Amino acid sequence: MTEKTFIAGFGGQGVISLGQLWVYLGMKEGLQVTFFPFYGAEKRGGVARASVIVSTDEIASPLVTTPDSAVVMNMDSLPICEDIVKSGGYLLVNSSLVKVEPKRTDLKVIKVPCNELAEKIGDVKIANMVMMGALAKVTGAIKMDKLEPVLKSFFPESKHRFIPSNLAAVKAGMDAV
Amino acid sequence: MAEDIRLMKGNEAIAEAAIRAGCRAYFGYPITPQNELTAYMARHMLDRKRTFIQAESEVSAINMVYGAAAAGARSMTSSSSPGVSLKQEGISYICGADLPAVIVNVARSGPGLGGISPGQADYFQSTRGGGHGDYYHFVLAPKSVQEAADLTYEAFDLSDEWRIPAMILADGLIGQMMEGVVLPAERDLSKLPKRSWAVGNQAKQGRPINHVSSINLVPLELEASVRARFERYAKIKETLVRFEETQVEDADLVIVAYGTSARVSLGALQEARKAGLKVGLFRPITLWPFPEKRLAELAGKGKRFLAVEMSMGQMVEDVRLAVNGKAPVDFYGRCGGVIPTEDEVLAAARKILGK
Repeated sequence: MTEKTFIAGFGGQGVISLGQLWVYLGMKEGLQVTFFPFYGAEKRGGVARASVIVSTDEIASPLVTTPDSAVVMNMDSLPICEDIVKSGGYLLVNSSLVKVEPKRTDLKVIKVPCNELAEKIGDVKIANMVMMGALAKVTGAIKMDKLEPVLKSFFPESKHRFIPSNLAAVKAGMDAV
Repeated sequence: MAEDIRLMKGNEAIAEAAIRAGCRAYFGYPITPQNELTAYMARHMLDRKRTFIQAESEVSAINMVYGAAAAGARSMTSSSSPGVSLKQEGISYICGADLPAVIVNVARSGPGLGGISPGQADYFQSTRGGGHGDYYHFVLAPKSVQEAADLTYEAFDLSDEWRIPAMILADGLIGQMMEGVVLPAERDLSKLPKRSWAVGNQAKQGRPINHVSSINLVPLELEASVRARFERYAKIKETLVRFEETQVEDADLVIVAYGTSARVSLGALQEARKAGLKVGLFRPITLWPFPEKRLAELAGKGKRFLAVEMSMGQMVEDVRLAVNGKAPVDFYGRCGGVIPTEDEVLAAARKILGK
């Protein structure tokens, strides 16, 4: 199994965090992983993209050029992602912010209202975690069966109070697809 | 107990491996894409009561390394391409003074200030002795975060043993990406090799003064010391060459690539094999000493070669020297911070094989 994913959004949406956590979870499940970020110099609002690969085998190029799945967190990222996903691949769209339909018809388009679901839990900042739940469910690349202990080892103690809402966000994402 | 696997950036893994190898003095100056390395050292060297100095420039950082190395400390500096250019004078002096030191280049694209995206166009500078004079030093090229940590750790030992600096030539992608890494064990500092040649602390030891210098104004003496150094180089070339081969034995075409280019080429190889094309991969791990003997051997077996680099073609010259006209050597490269894709490398291989 090799799942190559391309994640794109704007700075501040948690694109980089989503990518990092995705590969961290994969690593904890015994997979080979690689994460390569690309972001602008801006603190917020610039482009944020990440190439992530999880695999049962040695990973060749860390750069994802033809992803099996792509995550579109905002409107600007749709054309970039739609352009590169392999035929028959998954296009996961944050339908809270992306209001246009993808043009390609050979993709499996999954719409997740990430911002709305995150707001319902109480914090729009965990929209990225909603998307991660959806990504895990549709690709099956990461099981996420030990999510809570893994989150505890990923985040420093001072952030552990946010874990329940993050868990709820991942679950909401899984349930939404 | 075995260390746990950790998710780290290449830059951070290099820094932590250096600390564990017993780096006692680090001198740096910020530059993208190696900043996490300096930042990590700032946090963790001081925690351990070791020396961390952010110098006022790269020139000053390498000369601080020169001083600390002369005093017998395991010392290190890191930078990225334009910064490493500035360090070349110091590296030449350190080589001329026969001192150990570790220099990390997380290379970006050039020339000049160039860009901050990954590049491999510092191959000539790294492997040919980028400063003035007759000298070489170790150049180790990692392909992953794990190897970046392992080679950095080893670089300190190699450098100590041979009294020759060791350079880690990574690129911005190796530095910036995150992968799982199992870090090497903490080195017992009391068991590091003795440095009878080091300066300082002379009165206490009651020994004669040690001079560490690269100057010698007597031509015959200077020639003898350069020749002695070249005898060490010859021994290194005999014993310390390292490379990795993937499906080379039955290959019609052998891709030669290091670092990130080797990762991309491995992907191209896997696709080629699926299509029934006999493509292999030869990955030099030591860029100096370069694995020239093995390449010559492969050329003798009728292989042809394709060098893949993130440059306009630098390592390809070493491949051609090694092969010495016995086999065709082609080149594919991207530059300016562009990373070649697996499809592009596969297309280049197909074109050569006519399939």
